[in-house]
Amino acid sequence: MALSTDDVRHVAKLARLALSDDEVEALRSQLSDILAYAEKVGEVVAADVPPTSHAYALSNVMRADEPTPSLSAQDALSTAPQAEDGRFQVPQIVGGE
Amino acid sequence: MTTATETRYEAVIGLEVHVELNTRTKMFCSCAIDFGGEPNTRTCPVCLGMPGSLPVVNREAVAAAMKLGLALGCAIAPTSEFHRKNYFYPDMPKDYQISQYDVPICLGGALTVVVDGVEKRIGITRVHMEEDTGKSLHVGTSGRIHGAEYSLVDYNRAGIPLLEVVSEPDVRSAEEAKAYLTELRAIVLALGISDARLEEGSMRCDANVSIRPVGREAYGTRAEVKNMNSVRSLGRAIEYEIARQIDVRESGGVVVQETRHWNEAAGTTSTLRSKEEATDYRYFPDPDLVAVTPEPAWIDEIGRSLPELPAQARTRLVDVLGLSADRAATVVASHLVAQLDAAVTAGASAPEAANWLVNEIMGWATEQGMDPGAAPISGGHLAELVAMVSDGTLSTKLAREVLADVLDGKGSPRQIAADRGLEQISDTGALEAIIDQVIAEQADAAQRVRDGNDKAIGALVGAIMKLTQGKANPALVNELLRSRLLG
Amino acid sequence: MSHLNAKSARGLTRMAATELRDVMASGEVSAREVTQAHLDRIAATDDRVQAFLKVLDTQALAHADDIDRRRAAGEPLGALAGVPLALKDILATKGIETTCSSKILETFRPPYDATVVQKLRAADVVVLGKTNMDEFAMGSSTENSAFQKTFNPWDLQRVPGGSSGGSSAAVAAFDAPLAIGTDTGGSIRQPAAFCGLVGVKPTYGLVSRYGLIAFASSLDQVGPLTRTVKDSALLLQAVAGYDPADSTSIPEAMPDVLTDLERGIEGLRIGVVREFMGDGMEPGVRARVDEALARLEKLGATLVDVTLPHAAYGVSAYYLIAPSEASSNLSRYDGVRYGLRVEGETAEEMMANTRAAGFGPEVKRRIMIGTYALSAGYYDAYYAQAQRVRTLIIRDFAQAYTHCDVIVSPTTPSTAFKVGEKSDDPLAMYLNDVYTIPSNLAGAPALSLPVGLDDLGLPVGLQVMAPILGEAVMFRVARALEADLGFDPTPRGAHALEGVQ
Repeated sequence: MALSTDDVRHVAKLARLALSDDEVEALRSQLSDILAYAEKVGEVVAADVPPTSHAYALSNVMRADEPTPSLSAQDALSTAPQAEDGRFQVPQIVGGE
Repeated sequence: MTTATETRYEAVIGLEVHVELNTRTKMFCSCAIDFGGEPNTRTCPVCLGMPGSLPVVNREAVAAAMKLGLALGCAIAPTSEFHRKNYFYPDMPKDYQISQYDVPICLGGALTVVVDGVEKRIGITRVHMEEDTGKSLHVGTSGRIHGAEYSLVDYNRAGIPLLEVVSEPDVRSAEEAKAYLTELRAIVLALGISDARLEEGSMRCDANVSIRPVGREAYGTRAEVKNMNSVRSLGRAIEYEIARQIDVRESGGVVVQETRHWNEAAGTTSTLRSKEEATDYRYFPDPDLVAVTPEPAWIDEIGRSLPELPAQARTRLVDVLGLSADRAATVVASHLVAQLDAAVTAGASAPEAANWLVNEIMGWATEQGMDPGAAPISGGHLAELVAMVSDGTLSTKLAREVLADVLDGKGSPRQIAADRGLEQISDTGALEAIIDQVIAEQADAAQRVRDGNDKAIGALVGAIMKLTQGKANPALVNELLRSRLLG
Repeated sequence: MSHLNAKSARGLTRMAATELRDVMASGEVSAREVTQAHLDRIAATDDRVQAFLKVLDTQALAHADDIDRRRAAGEPLGALAGVPLALKDILATKGIETTCSSKILETFRPPYDATVVQKLRAADVVVLGKTNMDEFAMGSSTENSAFQKTFNPWDLQRVPGGSSGGSSAAVAAFDAPLAIGTDTGGSIRQPAAFCGLVGVKPTYGLVSRYGLIAFASSLDQVGPLTRTVKDSALLLQAVAGYDPADSTSIPEAMPDVLTDLERGIEGLRIGVVREFMGDGMEPGVRARVDEALARLEKLGATLVDVTLPHAAYGVSAYYLIAPSEASSNLSRYDGVRYGLRVEGETAEEMMANTRAAGFGPEVKRRIMIGTYALSAGYYDAYYAQAQRVRTLIIRDFAQAYTHCDVIVSPTTPSTAFKVGEKSDDPLAMYLNDVYTIPSNLAGAPALSLPVGLDDLGLPVGLQVMAPILGEAVMFRVARALEADLGFDPTPRGAHALEGVQ
């Protein structure tokens, strides 16, 4: 599957990766090659084969509703690149949900 | 009247309600849930999305989902899966939300509402489980050179279990929407799975609104409206949005598929800053979690232990206890069913007990900032009070005073009435003496009554009540006065 | 490796874990002496091998001293007390940088330990340091590390394999008898083959993934890298076991792999994968593999021809499934809660700038492939289809195991290649994994052991695969072959690491 530059930019935006024009072009060609290879899976006739998420099928793995100690705020924030007033700081958020 | 150039439109509305559960721990980790704590004090590597952390499902949240599903008449899926909903946002610890996609835990169901006396069935498409996000505080910084704003994120809420209830697009008006939300909330409260406070966000409602010409089958383009924090707000927002969409169409425009934000103060909806393209969530089954396949025995147990739901209570109050539909609805909506049942069990007449509950006790509780169902009066005491009014021992007016004392914890109605000497005077002989005295003192008023001015009797009754410190039986006083004056 | 040399530092670094454990238990040597000897060895070799990102000498010596103190006081000790280990920098170590060889986690100190790390501590294993890897486990040469390359002790101009290259090189260089790696598509077995070691990918779910920084969640597994089969069995036993913090953790107990380890393979049926014995491998690999098969027959096993018809699609399926899961697993690296942050005007910009600066080219490639494969319109043809092929591969294995007890194949098509030789061709790099990927997709155990050297003097690995939870028979076959072969794991050759003999 040959990807276009637009395809690459679109996917980069979905993945929050800022790419230079050179990177976009390099990726366009590499991704096209890789996907062309990966597309071989399409040669397999498998319409009525169920997809496998896990080879060893477990189910109903659940835990009791019992609290355990949380991290202290200090520990929780110990890795924060930027923090203020006990919270994680980020630049302004554009585009709400 | 419709002219050739006028089109009549109908609104097509679907509602998405999120219910924040009151489990003790979060959906996928064992952090305790409690509100009002300092920021980021209820987090762990899992709900902070730290590298290497893994989710483990909270069994109680699954139980709550099944409770709600069964209460709404849904089928419980024999197997359901968790999917990842991928999108980037600072309040999302993993930049994906664990949710359910094409295999949710509950499917199909319905809720019946009554609007203007007419019953309407609103279909429920599904109920599924997901996790809540953190909370962002947006901070403006006028002090900064560039005036840039920033945000501060607290992840205490991140990971709290949510149930999402999606209705079919069966709602046709703001009134129906309000009734739906009110009833759904009543059901959630009856189940005890959430405190369902719309203003605080433990229950949230978004509306998908579209319009179409009456008679057209195809759906119009819908807009999603968010940020309604009360039932009233929901109604206003929907009404505004319907009118707006009609306006757009009538002026030749096209309704855009978008998310709109309801502004309570302005009374309008507006476009949220639009994204360049619709978000592609890239759903796929979460490989860190396994299938949920509830045992039939578990589902049965949950079904059997469901409490009486509001609709069932309303029916029972009308059919069995003889209340009017209106009165039954009020009793149920105000959480007074248990109180009523207790009074009836203690021998009270249901309609009378209901009157006291609705007319007096409910108001008292509201003033105290208390849920009416928590008002501190036992079934026995309420029944006693009702009986004392019925048999004439207490006038209604005095009974209200006695009730106030009962609610203040001063004892039983009989006790209080005796202590305060409030028993009504219904002894005809005693009353006749007082009546004669008042007729003599209020000769003018008495004459006016004899002359046919019925209203003048009020002054005489008032004087008698004053003389007896309110204890005279007013009905009896009226009767005796009339027979004295008019023969 | 006789006990006569026990007291000399060189002797200590030559020993297998079982021997070290025993000489410490007998009191001949202290844990401190053992740890110091290995730290000295690292100091002497790592300038050339570059296996370690961080050497934890203070912590290691403190732990060793504590073991000695407790042993002297008669207190109970863990099963591998005092044995040194190199830990791939992909497992969370509380308060100690855990980087996944990525700039985006360069300064990340987790506030918690991975379950495997807790179990290692409970076994009183002495962790010597965190080892280099391909960034986020994506790669087959360790050249994708953001910080340094690691070099193969057998030939310092060649790669040690990947992504567990640092752990492999450390064990091959005799820096430690034990190492922990991870395997998603072959990342333990392939470096084991390149470095002349034993490397094991256990049954999926046998070893907890809590605290294992995720690459592809349905494929990732933690496993041992050692110079002997028995050491791998012991290390696996120490780290395996049900973990309630991991929903994919198998509730069953770790299979007993020690009781039958020396039983021999008389009467066992060994499947040889027809599709893997074709033209795909180098002549040197082919020769050693054929010889190994002949040995297995000589030892009493029967060779059976088996077919895995969909194995040819394994690499394509893997390169859809793994990047898809990875693209989602790596979304969390957004500069908000931990790790690198590069500023931006808006949160969205900050995230995009951070990720652009923090991830290397291979990671970006895989995130892009994965995002694309999951995106609207492509999900069914790509991700879902790959998961269907996965089902077919699982069925192929099930069918094959009706005819045999274990399946063998070459571990890799080639021996260690030169640094830089394949780094410009991502696809060529991916094809290294053709023999190892199927068992990741099937969630079944697989092991690589060295079966000789090729004409360049480079190690060749044979892969032994078994059904799910079939570790016992897998180890048994490997042990029988190992005992018969007597492979010397000392790196030697023109460009090998010197000073080992």
